[in-house]
Amino acid sequence: MQNLSQRVAYGDMLVEMGKENESIVVLEADLGKSTMSIFFQEQFPDRFFEMGIAEANMISTAAGLSLTGKIPFASSFAVFATGRPYDQIRTSVCIPNLNVKICGSSAGLSDFGDGSTHQSVDDITLMRVLPNMHVFSPVDAIETRKILRAMLEIEGPCYIRVNRNDLPILTEDDQEPYRPGEVRLINKPGDITLIATGVMVSKGLEAAEKLAAEGISLGVYNLSTIKPINKKSLLEALAGSKALITAEEHSVIGGMGSAILETLSGDLNIPVSMIGINDQFGTSGQNYDELLNYYGLTASAIAEAARKLAAK
Amino acid sequence: MITKEQADKLHALAWTIRFRVIEMIGIGKTGHIGGSFSAAEIVSVLYGHQMQHDPQVPDCPTRDRFVMSKGHAALAQYAALAEFGYFPLDELGHLKELGAMLQGHPDLRRTPGVEANTGSLGQGLSIAQGMALGIRLDKRKNRVYCLVGDGEIAEGQIWEAAMSASHYKLDNLTVFVDYNRIQATDHVIKRLNTNPMNSKWEAFGWHVIEVDGHDCSQICQALEEAENQKGKPTAILAHTVKGKGVGFAEDTAAFHNGMMDQEQYQLALDLLAEKKGAFQCKI
Repeated sequence: MQNLSQRVAYGDMLVEMGKENESIVVLEADLGKSTMSIFFQEQFPDRFFEMGIAEANMISTAAGLSLTGKIPFASSFAVFATGRPYDQIRTSVCIPNLNVKICGSSAGLSDFGDGSTHQSVDDITLMRVLPNMHVFSPVDAIETRKILRAMLEIEGPCYIRVNRNDLPILTEDDQEPYRPGEVRLINKPGDITLIATGVMVSKGLEAAEKLAAEGISLGVYNLSTIKPINKKSLLEALAGSKALITAEEHSVIGGMGSAILETLSGDLNIPVSMIGINDQFGTSGQNYDELLNYYGLTASAIAEAARKLAAK
Repeated sequence: MITKEQADKLHALAWTIRFRVIEMIGIGKTGHIGGSFSAAEIVSVLYGHQMQHDPQVPDCPTRDRFVMSKGHAALAQYAALAEFGYFPLDELGHLKELGAMLQGHPDLRRTPGVEANTGSLGQGLSIAQGMALGIRLDKRKNRVYCLVGDGEIAEGQIWEAAMSASHYKLDNLTVFVDYNRIQATDHVIKRLNTNPMNSKWEAFGWHVIEVDGHDCSQICQALEEAENQKGKPTAILAHTVKGKGVGFAEDTAAFHNGMMDQEQYQLALDLLAEKKGAFQCKI
C-alpha cells in the first residue's frame, strides 16, 4: 500500500479548487507550513489571509468573508481550529449557517511529539454537537481530496480533520465523486462489522487478516462522514452482523462511535465494543505508532475485541 | 458638514428609535434599554445619513454594512430597520416571541437588514473585518461599520481584530465605541477598566476620533473624516450616556437590561413621543 499525506492533499486541493473558483479564500493562523495552506498562499497571495496566532479572530473573519460571497477555508491544528475558537464557530458561523470551511490539521495523536496540548482527542465531539455543522474524517489522501470537493458543494459550515502523517491509501483514485454519508466497505462483509474512521480503518484491515486465520470474519467499513450521519447506510452495513466494533483515534466520549450509537439507538440489538481514547489527554511519544499502541488504537486491540464478541 | 435641517431629522430619528425601543420592551419585561439608548444617534446617523442601503433589496451587493457587535443593543437597530421599511413596524410588537423575526440578539437569517449574528460579545469587529476584506477583494468602494461597547472591548478578540484590521490597512472599516462607561453590572472602571481608550486604539494602528455620541452633526463629521483616511481603519470614540433621554434609565446599570413598571413605561413613552415629534422616516 502506498502512503500519502492528507495535509499535502489539503494544500494541493486548495490550489486546484482555487484555480477553478475565484471565490475561494484561505485563512491561516501561522501554521501554513504544517497545514500546507502555504501552497495556496504561494499561488494566490491576494486571496490568502495570514491571521497570525489569533484563531478566534480568524474564524469570525472567515464568517465575514463568507457574508460577502467568498468561500473561506480556515486552517490550523485541530485543537486550535476547534476548541480555541469554539464560540466563534458556534456564534459567528454555525448559528447563521454560514459557508465557512474549517480544516483541523495534525488531528488526533498525529502530532505525536508535541504532546497533549497539540493532540486533538475531542475535535469531533466539539464540531458535531453544533447544529448545521458537517464533520468529515478522511481515511486517506485521495479521500481527503474528494471530501474537500464535496465540502465545496455544500452550502454551509464544514469541518474536516486531517492527519499529519502519511497514511495508507485505501480508496480508489478515480473520477467517482465522494458520497457524503456513505458507510463504505473496504474489504468484504463479515460476521462482525467494524466501522472505523481515519487511521483506524487500516488497523481494522490488519485485524481482519489476523482474524481470518482464526476463522473469524471481520467486515471493515470506513465512515468518513461523521455528520450528518446516514442511518440507512449504517443499517445496511450492519445487516446480518452479529456484533459491531467502532474504532477511532479520538475520545470515545462524543466521537464517531457515539454518533453511530446515538443514531442507531432503538434499532440495534447486537453487542457493541467501542475502541477509542478513554477519557484521557494525549502525551508525547517518539513516533506515531508508539502513541497509537499506548492508547490501544491497534490492530491487536480490534482483533481482541472481535474475539470477545465472537465468543458471546 | 450636514445642515441644521438634516441634523434635526437625524435627531428626530434617534428619538423615534428610543420611542420604539420602549414600545418593544413594554411593561414588566426585561429589555436592553441602556445600551440601545446610548447608541441611538449612532444608529440613526448610519441608517439615516451615512450608509448606502436599500430596504427593498437588503442583500444588494453594493450596500454598506453595519454590524452591531454589542448585540444586546439590537433593539435600536430593529427600530431603525423597521422605520426604513425593512419589515413592517408591526414586527416590533413581537420581539422575542417564539418564532419571531426579532430575536433577543441579532440573527441575520431571520431579520432583513441584520448583517451578522452577534450576542456573544467580542466577535462583531472580526466579522466586520472579514466583510471589509471581501469587499476590498471585489474592488468595491462600500464601507463597513461596526459598533462595540466599552465594556465589550474587555473581550480579547476585539484586540485581535484591532491588530489585524490595521495590519491589513482596512480603511473601509470604521468602528464606533459606544463609550457610555457602564456595563451590565456596574461602571466599566469597576469591572475591568478598558481605558485608556484613545491611546489604546491609536497604539493598535487606528485613526482615532472622539465625538459627543449624542450629537448627530459631530458623528457625521467624524464619519466624513473616516472616509478620507487612507491606509488605516478609524475608531470613533462616541462619548455617550447609558439610557440617554429617560431620567430613570440614565447613567445606571439598573436599566442595562431593566424592567419598567406601568408608571415608568408611560413616563418614557410620553417624554419620547414629545421629543420625536411628528417624525416621518423620509430622510
